[in-house]
This record gives sequence, structure tokens and C-alpha cells, in this order.
Amino acid sequence: MRHLLDTQTLSYDDALRILDVAEDMADTQRREVKKLPTLRGKTVVNLFFEDSTRTRISFEAAAKRLSADVINFSAKGSSVSKGESLQDTAQTLQAMGADAVVIRHGSSGAPRTLATSGWISAGVVNAGDGTHEHPTQALLDAFTIRKRRFGADSRGRDLQGVSVAIVGDILHSRVARSNVWLLRTLGAEVTLVAPPTLVPQDVSTWPARVVYDLDEAIAAGPDALMMLRIQLERMNAAYFPTEREYSRRWGLDAARLGALRADSIVMHPGPMNRGLEISAEAADSPRSTVLEQVANGVSVRMAALYLLLAGAERDADTTDATEGSTR
Amino acid sequence: MSTRTVLHEADIARALTRISHEILESNKGPDNLVILGIPTRGVTLARRIAALVSDFGGAPVPAGALDVTMYRDDLHRHPTRAPQPTQIPEGGIDGKVVVLVDDVLFSGRSIRAALDALQDIGRPAAVRLAILVDRGHRELPIRPDFVGKNLPSARDERVYVRLAENDSREEVTIES
Repeated sequence: MRHLLDTQTLSYDDALRILDVAEDMADTQRREVKKLPTLRGKTVVNLFFEDSTRTRISFEAAAKRLSADVINFSAKGSSVSKGESLQDTAQTLQAMGADAVVIRHGSSGAPRTLATSGWISAGVVNAGDGTHEHPTQALLDAFTIRKRRFGADSRGRDLQGVSVAIVGDILHSRVARSNVWLLRTLGAEVTLVAPPTLVPQDVSTWPARVVYDLDEAIAAGPDALMMLRIQLERMNAAYFPTEREYSRRWGLDAARLGALRADSIVMHPGPMNRGLEISAEAADSPRSTVLEQVANGVSVRMAALYLLLAGAERDADTTDATEGSTR
Repeated sequence: MSTRTVLHEADIARALTRISHEILESNKGPDNLVILGIPTRGVTLARRIAALVSDFGGAPVPAGALDVTMYRDDLHRHPTRAPQPTQIPEGGIDGKVVVLVDDVLFSGRSIRAALDALQDIGRPAAVRLAILVDRGHRELPIRPDFVGKNLPSARDERVYVRLAENDSREEVTIES
């Protein structure tokens, strides 16, 4: 793996490999000494053009647990606010010797531009670009679903037959897009639940079913119910009359939580708008995986950084000697 | 290119039996022992040795796996390796006598990585090393405590260990 840009083009084998390596990373995080020497001497740059706390901290923790050096670069108060272009920023990072660049950008496609432009030789990880994708979030969601379903037997398994309902602002959500593609690749069935105004126009080409009624989706008994954040900062048009109305029709309140199948899990990528898309009862219930998702996020990002940075340049796929152990 | 079989199935069984007795002898019994194999075939050997030691010693001795991938010093020279699971038996390794088991001892670099990995998991009372085949050419000051077979080899020869559980055959061959 050279870059991690999206889940739409991520192969089944690569996806499973990231999830399995993340299992090993999660195991190391239960040890007395959590830090591994694996990426000593490598430099990871967190290049954040958009505000983010949890994703940046998660990548920072992941890189540091693997002993990489971390440089945080946020656009606010930097040369970018003085008008520096992405190309110049990238070339500056290249000159500083970055081995991997974790990029979050407001424009869809910025990570791909960075990866394919030839400006830098570093591996590129997409940490969220515009309304396009947020692949590590989808991977950590899949990891969390798999972990809850199979426990210690998770390694090597996909999500065949698992049903997932994604609820809320599908239109603006890169998390939803990344999840739709990854869950499809792993064999899960996806249902999108949203007000008609928050469903993208091209949704008919997505491998997902769309329903407009949350109660109908809950009655179908999904294995996982993924609540998306209402992104008030992106709401520059009227997508629904009032927040109260949204909450009443598409929010996960106590009654809907009670109607959910007993072994279904409730997910949220965070940060939560408590009382809007998710009630406190749902967020704090034992079925909520919100904090597991955060912990798993570090393991998944460790796996991604490991697979991008640990091997020789331009790796081929080998694991162990196929026949016999050879030395 | 010629291939020569240096250990047959019965030879491997005899070697593991002897190693198990030697472990019991040097430890003065089965107490406090933990047998940890280095993936892939070291884990298989560790399980067999733990079963033998438990049998001969009359008390259960736990076996586990210790992956060293993330501690290797040659990661950047090879395609990305997928790490293997590490399984530490319940009770951990603090204060225990850990016997590391691997199939072939060559440069000693895997064992160096294993010692680093152990250090992050706990503090054993002692660490010993059991090896099925020692083929020489050490690059570090590391020596095994228990050896199945010393196999003088040229550096460019290749030693293959095949075990029934992993390869559906049981033999050690050298290819030159």
C-alpha cells in the first residue's frame, strides 16, 4: 500500500489486511509498555486545513505509539492563511523529509492531488476531504462492528450478512460515503436513512438502499445503527424546518432506542450533538460504541501508518514464506 | 542445486524430547516456566515442547506466541510484513522463566527483536533460548541454551523447516 486515499478503490484484501493488522496493534495497546519501536526515524506530518480535534489527536497518538516523529501543521495561523498554495506547502514538507502526510482538506480530492502530483514522495493518508471520503473513520467503524460481532475471533473475517443503517446528513457526510463503499466491499448491507433534502442526488448509483423513515429502518432490525452528526457549519441552506423537528423525526431518542433489536449496536463518529441526532440515553447506553470507536481509531490508524511506512519502497504483497520456513 | 534432508520426522521428535528434558533439568522442574514461540513455526514447536515438558514434569506448563515483526531492525529492507498475533499465557511473564523457541537460529536478529518485545510485555526472571536448528553465522552476541541440531552451513545455503501442523510434512532440509 502506497497511499490510503479512499475506500471506494480500496480492495477487499487491503481492507481486510488493515483490519487484521489493527487487531495486532490493539493487542499491543493492552501491554504495560504501549510504545513500539517500529517507525523510529520516520516523520509523519499532520496537515490539517480544516478544524479537527479527535482525528488529529488520534493520528498523533497512532504515530507516536509507533515511535514516529510527528509534526502538526494546521492552516490557521500558518503560511496557508497568508495565501500559500497546496503545492508550495507540500514541497516545503518534502524538503523537511516527511515520510507520510496525513491530510484533511475542505476540498474533495485534495489528498489525491497531493498523492499523484509528484510534489512529494511521502505516503498520503486522507483524513477527510470535503464531502468526499474519510477512509480511516470507515475502517474503524468496520473494525468496531467486527469486534462486537466476533470478539477475539475477528481476524480474517469480513462483514458478510451484517446490516448497517446510516442515519442523518448523508448529503454532506464523507463518513457516510466511505462507509458505504467499505461496507459494500466487506459484504455488509447498507441502508441510508435521511430526510429527502439530505440525500445526495447521485445516490441511485450507490450500493445502498434509501429509506426516509427512521422507525421503518429500526423495525427492519439492523445490526448496527450509525448516527451521523448534523453538520450545522455546513447548513447554509434550509434542509429541514427546525432542529426540533429533525430531532423528533430522525433523532435516536429513548423510545427508538427501546424499539431497536436487543443486540444491535449504536454508533456515532463524534463529536455528538446530544439531544439533536442522538439522545443522552442512547449515547450513554451499553449498546453505544462511541468510546470503543475512539479507541479502535488509534489501532486502525496505527495499522494504516504501519502498512504505509514500515516496508520497503513500492512493496509487493508477501507475508510469510509460503513453503517451509527459510533462513 | 541440491537438497539434502538433515532431520527426518523421528529425528525432530527425538530432538524435541531431549530439549524438553534439558529444559526441565536446567530449571529443576516445571515450575515457573513459560514457553513462547516465535511465529510461525516457532509457535508450533513451542506448543509441542510445552506439551512434552508438562508430560515429563508432571505439571502443566503454558505455551504462547511472541510476534517480533514490529521490533525487527530490517523492516525497511523488505516488503511490508503482516504482524502475527502475540499470545501471552494468563499469568503473564513477570518473574517467570521464559523459554523462547524458534525453528532456525541464523543471524540472531529475530532473537534480538524478541528480547525487545519481551521487555515491553513484562520482566521475566530469566530468558532462555531453544532452537531446533542452529546453522551458525551469528551477527550478534546471542547463543542458544537448548539446540536440536547444530548444522554447519554456508551463508548462501537455505535451510527449510517443515512441520506437520504448518506444511503437512515433517522434515528439515538444506538446499545449496
